[in-house]
Amino acid sequence: MSVDLSQFHQVFFEESYEGLDTMESALLNIDLSELDSEAINEIFRAAHSIKGGSGTFGFNEIADFTHVVETLLDLIRSDQFVLEADHVDLFLKSVDCIRTMISALESGGQCDTSVADELKKSFNLLLDGEPASELPSGGAIENKNEEKSAAGGWQIYFKPDADILRTGNDPVRMFRELAELGEISVSAVLDEVPALANLDPEACFMAWNITLIGDADKSQINEVFEWVVDDSELSIKPIGNNDTASELVGVDAEDVASVDSDEVEGENTPETEVEEVLLQKEQTQNTLVKTPVKKESKPESVSIRVGTDKIDSLINMVGELVITQSMLNELGKDFSIERMPKLMEGLEQLSLHTRELQESVMRIRMLPISFAFSRFPRLVHDMSKTLDKKVELILLGEQTELDKTVMERIGDPLVHLVRNSLDHGVELPAKRLEAGKDETGKITLNAYHQGGNIVIQIIDDGAGLNEERILSKAIENGLVSPNDHLEPEQIHDLIFQPGFSTAAEVTDISGRGVGMDVVRRNIQELNGSVEVESKSGEGSVFSIRLPLTLAILDGQLIRVGQQVYIFPLVSIVESIETQDQMIHRVSGGCDILRLRNEYVPIIRLWDIFNVEAEFEKVDDGILVIVEGDNIKVAVLVDDLLAQQQVVIKSLQENYRAVSGVSGATILGDGTVSLILDISGLIKLAGVGRDAYKKISESDDIEAA
Amino acid sequence: MTEKKDAKFNQMNDELAGAKIDEATEQYLTFYMGGEEFGVNILSVQEIRGWEEITSIPNSPKQVLGVMNLRGTVSPIVDLRYCFGIQDLSYTDETVVIIVSVQTEANIKVIGIVVDAVSDVYNFSQSQIQPSPELSQTNQAQYVKGLGSTDEKMVILLELSEQLIADTDVISNRQLLAS
Repeated sequence: MSVDLSQFHQVFFEESYEGLDTMESALLNIDLSELDSEAINEIFRAAHSIKGGSGTFGFNEIADFTHVVETLLDLIRSDQFVLEADHVDLFLKSVDCIRTMISALESGGQCDTSVADELKKSFNLLLDGEPASELPSGGAIENKNEEKSAAGGWQIYFKPDADILRTGNDPVRMFRELAELGEISVSAVLDEVPALANLDPEACFMAWNITLIGDADKSQINEVFEWVVDDSELSIKPIGNNDTASELVGVDAEDVASVDSDEVEGENTPETEVEEVLLQKEQTQNTLVKTPVKKESKPESVSIRVGTDKIDSLINMVGELVITQSMLNELGKDFSIERMPKLMEGLEQLSLHTRELQESVMRIRMLPISFAFSRFPRLVHDMSKTLDKKVELILLGEQTELDKTVMERIGDPLVHLVRNSLDHGVELPAKRLEAGKDETGKITLNAYHQGGNIVIQIIDDGAGLNEERILSKAIENGLVSPNDHLEPEQIHDLIFQPGFSTAAEVTDISGRGVGMDVVRRNIQELNGSVEVESKSGEGSVFSIRLPLTLAILDGQLIRVGQQVYIFPLVSIVESIETQDQMIHRVSGGCDILRLRNEYVPIIRLWDIFNVEAEFEKVDDGILVIVEGDNIKVAVLVDDLLAQQQVVIKSLQENYRAVSGVSGATILGDGTVSLILDISGLIKLAGVGRDAYKKISESDDIEAA
Repeated sequence: MTEKKDAKFNQMNDELAGAKIDEATEQYLTFYMGGEEFGVNILSVQEIRGWEEITSIPNSPKQVLGVMNLRGTVSPIVDLRYCFGIQDLSYTDETVVIIVSVQTEANIKVIGIVVDAVSDVYNFSQSQIQPSPELSQTNQAQYVKGLGSTDEKMVILLELSEQLIADTDVISNRQLLAS
């Protein structure tokens, strides 16, 4: 049977990335003065697996290049070659190069070998001018060029063994695979098919002529027939020129007329399978149509590695659940009111087990944050060199666990913040000495759990934020007026405003003005927040606070008329019943609530959602004070209901995004309830920073 | 929902499951809206359900009644009768929701459409389906694929699209009847 190797590609890519990460961190940890043979072995092993894997899947560019890397590593391993600092950099460059090649392949493109070729030269020089012919690369590439068909087509004759169907191979499947390589036309050769009376329905008497139009490699075609080639007659010839191609098509049309491969297949198979074949054919067409669309988007990583301990605890839990279920079953068979306590007990157990099971399942998605931190040693290593700074990176709390989805999406903001600390935070060595600090700066990445959140801190002992410059820049940009008096925290917060950058000059690393606002937005998309604390001369601390998972949320159920909505519990500040005198009416129809010393705009949910409410006036209902986008608003609802954990379902999947709503969930009674999105509500109600200005202005007027 | 009705739906759903694929003819599930008979390709139909209470979506287009829990996925429910400008929009035990899958640019969306009643399953060959030229001039004809004729009657065949959940104007009944 023909196995589609491409289904394993994703696994190979993921493993290779892991291998590259291992190589990278091992390389960065190498102490040249005291070479640890285990570290070299580790690098060697990782390189070796990548070479092996890429060879198996036919990614020869990677295999060739990795082979060279491996050769040098082998020499180092056997002490025939002395590793120097330059070589470590060369290895790091190779790691990057392999990574680029793999990601090119992953997104369905061709890899660019120019960098690899250059690096290969340097390696060969190091290998003491060992002749390149020792490496298979030269020959292989030439071969491939020869095998590549410029004319854009192949003529294939395929005559399988009569037993092909018995061995479980299906020619139709192969043709389908061929069809993915290009446009194919298949014609059956029926010369050897016996009369119906003598026909052995399980044997295959046919042969096929296949014309494949497209720029497929010969190797790709060989791959299709890989599993049957030993028992079959197979010839693959390039189509010489267009004339022959059209001639062949002509033959198709005349000889075979209406017989297409699927129908022929049908004759040999029982009647019921005809439908199946046709179905398959339709599916093939569908996939054909879809393939180009799919290729554009890079596939998100689809697999996850889970420790066996987690799986074991899951199995335990399911076992418990089954026991509870059978106990309840037993109880239900002849239930009398005396057994009520027993039932209650059983139900309690059930809910306990369900909750535990839920927690263990969620734990499967949890990965230690070291996955996100692991890229930083390299980043700091490279960047401090470019910037001529001396920086020590300290990683703390690497084992803190975080949801995989959150992890994937927090990577970029983290990189940005670390770069920012390196570029703007830590000073040049001379300046540091001048300020009485150690020449080497420190950047600390710290992660820990707090409540249902994970907190990630980026701490540097640099110069801190330059408040004066931030303020003058903000005034220049019109973000604040020169007369405003701002607290230091408010000034620090300005760096998260769009289009704000204080870098004196634009460098590679930062200062393009798109930065911190994007960081904040990305983090807010994950329902998180980011804050900065800074002390001039002592450094700054960026704290990111994120929910542990995106799949489940603690919700507060609220009611407006007949509708039940859900507020994320984290966004709720407090809930109050109000009196009239606490409410102020501002011109423009926006009511504000005086809450202790703050003024909070009021949003009437029934109004912005166009639903009927029990209480339309603020006096009768309940005001829920919520915070989103750093703005507090009071939302008028009819009633507060239960608090519960809800599983987030996407509205976009079958519908589309709805403003003011972040998603949906299914309640205990099976009905759908909508989860409210605070910043969306604020936008929907038109309460933005402008309204705030209005409020503070009106405050002045009232005071006067 | 009455048991009798359940049985009817079960039978219908069985028929859906057994729908045969034949290249020459296409099978259409037909239903009634405002006395007219409409049809959708049976391969796009997932199941038929009775009317039940649904959760409304704030500020949705008028034809989108809300969302429904479809065994764990959240699907929008669209009143197709409203899309075709039918005046009488009652929601009774007899009202039927047909769950269809609709191919959009990005993915396949599962959408429920509300109709008056389910009718039958017909086979139409290509020759029995006529395009409707008058309609194809107007953009409201976006859902109408053609007219299928059997011996005794005419069925308006629909090709549902993403427009179901878009902010669109109602196709006026008069325009439809004029065709």
